[in-house]
Amino acid sequence: MKKLKILLGASAVAVAGFFMVAADHIDAPAVSGGTSDITDFYAFQGEDSDNIAFVANVQGLLSPTASASAAFDENVLVEINIDTNGDAIQDMVIQAIPRDGKMYVFGPFASSSTNLNSTVNFSASSTVVDITPYGDSAITATSDAGVIAFAGPRDDPFFMDFARYGEIIGGTATSFNDPGSDTFAGSNVMSIVIEVPKTLIGGSGNINTWVETKSK
Amino acid sequence: MKNIKTLMFALLISAVAFNCSNDDDATPQVVNSIDFSGTYSQDDQMARPAINTVFVSSANKNTFNTTVPSAQGAAFQSEFETKLLALNPGYTTNALGWDAPTFTGALATDVLTVSLDGTTTFFDGTNVLTGRALADDVISVELLLIFGGPTGADNPGLTDDNVDSNDKAFSSSFPYLASPW
Repeated sequence: MKKLKILLGASAVAVAGFFMVAADHIDAPAVSGGTSDITDFYAFQGEDSDNIAFVANVQGLLSPTASASAAFDENVLVEINIDTNGDAIQDMVIQAIPRDGKMYVFGPFASSSTNLNSTVNFSASSTVVDITPYGDSAITATSDAGVIAFAGPRDDPFFMDFARYGEIIGGTATSFNDPGSDTFAGSNVMSIVIEVPKTLIGGSGNINTWVETKSK
Repeated sequence: MKNIKTLMFALLISAVAFNCSNDDDATPQVVNSIDFSGTYSQDDQMARPAINTVFVSSANKNTFNTTVPSAQGAAFQSEFETKLLALNPGYTTNALGWDAPTFTGALATDVLTVSLDGTTTFFDGTNVLTGRALADDVISVELLLIFGGPTGADNPGLTDDNVDSNDKAFSSSFPYLASPW
């Protein structure tokens, strides 16, 4: 264990310094704490097993007070990439961008660009949903294509004893506590949930997926 | 013609207005009148939980976030392997039977694999890496794969953070995530 501490010494200060985040919550200096900071990404079979639900969360560790005034940034584009042939290059993209209290979801549409820059494909099939105000019941919308959308503040679904992890990495602890303490309990995120029919994203087999935020 | 178009537009708007409550439907006219112009440049990127946090040095985190997945393996596998062995110097294989190069090779290309054919989960004891559901204890899975050794029994104090569920219950219906605090 002492050897482990010495080996971790170089990274310990840096990691302990970025205390307050995880999943992707702890992030790079360029985005940390900002409106394009992705906290988490999920993809799972929907209640309707013919669909896949994608969850992209941004702006983590929002207190209830901060949640009341938190907003999606109109200069931030969220892109969910879907690779259907296993080469880690997207074949389809779903874009989500807010305008004036609504979240506009475009796609899924075909795209294979590995460009780090994007424009909004506003001619693609769209789903438009009112962004749910803090404290309101969830507002959802369903497009004719069967794409279901939600956007608004949610309880952060991530759970981890990240404080203890930082202590272990920093060398001030040698093991996790039992029970542990969820560092993210009581905090919120801004969440985009998009559920799409499997037929629109390949139909069968496996997909690879990831989320990006882009800003202007 | 113009009067008919105006009338149809008015009927469409009134139909939407009466149908408003919880279920909005998009109309193409609305989208075409909004300014979506501009070029958006990549800031952040993510697939699997905690990968950038755990495996990428602080100096390289911005670069990892702006490296497309198809290029990440070549750029980061070596750094990931170094970091894995720094975290667990005794690493040989893990419960999936992967040696260090194989494990870090899989992790460095940061994509989330999702099955369209059945159960979607990070790991449920049977299904491995077929998606990521909200209730999946992804951190304990990753800790087990990093620290647990071939049988999962190594480093017992490091293979589970003992936080295995969210602070609020999830919903079985869309949008699945719990209401905010």
